Amino acid sequence: MRRVELKDGADLDGFRRALRGLVALGVGPDEVVWSVGAAPSLFGDAAPLPADAPPVSLPRPVGALIESVVCHRDPERYALLHRLVRRVLRGERDMLDHHADPLVHRLALLDKAVRRDLHKMHAFLRFHEVRDPDGAEHYLAWFEPDHFIVEATAPFFVERFESLVWTILTPVGSLQWDRRSLTVGPAALRPEGLDRDDRFAEGWQRYYESTFNPARVNPTAMRAEMPRKYWANLPEAAAIPAMIRSAPARVQAMIEAEAAAPRHRTPDKAVAAMARQEPATLAELNRIILAADPLVPGATQAVLGEGPAGAAIAIVGEQPGDQEDMEGRPFVGPAGQLLTRALEEAGIERDAVYLTNAVKHFKFVARGKRRLHQSPTAGEVKHYRWWLMKELSFVRPRLVVTLGATAALALTGRSVPVLRERGPMDFGDWNGFVTVHPSHLLRLPAGKGAEQAYRDFVADLRQARGMAKRTG
Amino acid sequence: MGRTSAVDDALLDKLEILADAAKYDASCASSGAKRRTGGPDGIGSTTGAGICHAYTPDGRCVSLLKILLTNYCLFDCAYCINRRSSNVRRARFSVDEVVRLTLGFYKRNCIEGLFLSSGIIRSPDYTMEQLMLVARTLRRDHGFAGYIHLKTIPEASPWLIEQAGLWADRLSINLELASDRSLKEFAPEKDGTAIKAVMGQVGERIIEAKEEKRRFSPAGQSTQMIVGADASTDLSVLETSDTLYRRYGLRRVYYSAFSPIPEASSALPAKPPPLQRENRLYQADWLLRYYGFTVKEIAAGGEGGMLDLGIDPKLAWALKNRERFPVDVNSADREMLLRVPGLGARAVDRIVEARRHTTLRLEDVARLSSGLKRARAFLIAADHHPGGLTDRADLRQRLVAPPKQLSLF
Ligand code: SF4
Repeated sequence: MRRVELKDGADLDGFRRALRGLVALGVGPDEVVWSVGAAPSLFGDAAPLPADAPPVSLPRPVGALIESVVCHRDPERYALLHRLVRRVLRGERDMLDHHADPLVHRLALLDKAVRRDLHKMHAFLRFHEVRDPDGAEHYLAWFEPDHFIVEATAPFFVERFESLVWTILTPVGSLQWDRRSLTVGPAALRPEGLDRDDRFAEGWQRYYESTFNPARVNPTAMRAEMPRKYWANLPEAAAIPAMIRSAPARVQAMIEAEAAAPRHRTPDKAVAAMARQEPATLAELNRIILAADPLVPGATQAVLGEGPAGAAIAIVGEQPGDQEDMEGRPFVGPAGQLLTRALEEAGIERDAVYLTNAVKHFKFVARGKRRLHQSPTAGEVKHYRWWLMKELSFVRPRLVVTLGATAALALTGRSVPVLRERGPMDFGDWNGFVTVHPSHLLRLPAGKGAEQAYRDFVADLRQARGMAKRTG
Repeated sequence: MGRTSAVDDALLDKLEILADAAKYDASCASSGAKRRTGGPDGIGSTTGAGICHAYTPDGRCVSLLKILLTNYCLFDCAYCINRRSSNVRRARFSVDEVVRLTLGFYKRNCIEGLFLSSGIIRSPDYTMEQLMLVARTLRRDHGFAGYIHLKTIPEASPWLIEQAGLWADRLSINLELASDRSLKEFAPEKDGTAIKAVMGQVGERIIEAKEEKRRFSPAGQSTQMIVGADASTDLSVLETSDTLYRRYGLRRVYYSAFSPIPEASSALPAKPPPLQRENRLYQADWLLRYYGFTVKEIAAGGEGGMLDLGIDPKLAWALKNRERFPVDVNSADREMLLRVPGLGARAVDRIVEARRHTTLRLEDVARLSSGLKRARAFLIAADHHPGGLTDRADLRQRLVAPPKQLSLF
């Protein structure tokens, strides 16, 4: 018999070291006595195992199971794990899938108990706010776990409360987090007067009592999930007995109470109030747009439409660009300048037109100092469509001109091949006209083709001008 | 944030009223969100699975701070304690107060996050905007990474619901009653079509956002139906759920047994809640979502469109389809194993995995499933055949414990 000594609690490192040694020496599970803590064993020799034995390579699920099961209180846990490892190394590599195997089943139960304990500590631990001598916020908790899980819960609490200073005390160990580093400490005693002066703790108890529906009282279901042993450290649990006791009477009273005579109130007012909620003016709508967040983060501000309400022509572009985003006005960048020139040549006064975009926020990827424009997705266009339609309903133009595919998508709900279908188009509520976006012209290589494209664009605008006149 | 000064008696009184008013909503789950942490400057995390931090004596879990922004309401839904014509005490939180309470309780590890709903005040848009502002303040100004579930106001403008989806983990729209007729009768200002239109809108946005790898209500949308307030049958309730799952991609439908409320409306009879019916509907819902049953098959287990209250719907179906049993645990396909009463989806998966290694005997099955007692009569194992048991007329009596008194009275 060989005696292996491990530390109290979940001695994963000790077990790992011992296991390596035992495997290296070929010592089987039946030849080992595991002794935990300083308890002297009556038999077996505690001769040191080789310190430099090579690591044992195990399938990942086996490693995970070991990490969990060493946290269990069962004194047999190390022996059981040793048997598991022995069998895995002898060829049963996926024996953990064999859920009906008695050893696997037994270990699964231990694992489950540890997981449950972890879960309960994550759930039922309550922090209380205390003050450090310097007045800083400090959160302190006391918990009594069933198993040696304190260290194993640390990642959860660190992740969740990284920005707070906190201490967790338990009878088997303690944790301390100072916003930078974690200290694992010794067992502790229950601190006194934990929730003194904490109004939130009081509020929580009142919340707990209010959120209970006496008509559904079912203490058995509650105890199955929140056994009594946890109640002592859950401040709100003090209220449970009274809540259960008074429930039947409360329900009886509700059932016996005469139904309250409905006060005579007609729904007309409510319905009228609902009808009035939509913005009544363009200015109101614009306030909503300005207050809303961009669907894609990045934009400096929403870029609103510009121009006189009642304009004969509304021109809808795609989306503000870099310069528009900075200035908060539509069509001020290079494409906007080109548009202004083309409008002039087509005999349209820019100031008489209502100019807006299908999407109200700039979208970009940062490339060094530059902000590269990114086209909106169909979903984004759809999202902004509510606003565009509302906007147009206030402007009431005689003709809506869309520039480019995105704007045409916003008005028609389908993708329009702009070069092929440019010209008049029915937009349902609006007489429409589809043409290219001036940024398309900017991208063409200088030359004959570009000049022709520009002339076509001006011709489109001229045609649109004619239509807006006729339909007037 | 200060300590004692941050919470005064007036605020705690409001908390009591507005928690009381919110408790009839069945959903409280905090699961389904992507893993997320607030980091060194924010606060909180979501783990994906959700955590119940307490249970009340009604056996239901407390995972979220579930409150109303206000219990004033312009509407007059008969089943609701907050309806315009009820005489309950009214209260209203400010956006800032909800934020403060959420953070305060979160830091004490009492909750996973916030479930915020509201009566409709001023206008649906105004109300929706306030809800959205709470979520936005928590996320943007406090780096809050916990769970946020907002109840959308269906009559609100679509752009406000879009904004809410940017900050919330889950949006829900309560249908409350399974049929349009009941809605008209009991919730005169509500509009079933509008509710479904919003479900459609939200559903569409969720799919789009997934494709574009954007955040929009990542934990999906859910709804609640009240059971036992109107004359709807279980069949019609389940048909509605089935449609909601299929057409709008809802993540969950919650069933809430109508329970007596203070200040009850005379339009509804006061009666104890049909808790067993709620329970059966949840079981049927599971069969629908995870066990491959159709609404028709489930309903056929009961009578006249109502589920059998005495036994669970899977057993009810099996008893009426005995010719399909017994099933051999060592050879049956997964689909058929899922139909064996007493075998859950997890047990079935483990059976399928384990039988690759060994031929299963009854004691093996017992280690894989806790429902063997019920399953025995329907199963063949290496050392077990139920013989004529499956066909015995008194099988139902043998499997069902004498009915327990479930209600209080
Ligand atoms: S809208 Fe109806 S269900 Fe909602 S709070 Fe108002 S009365 Fe209650």
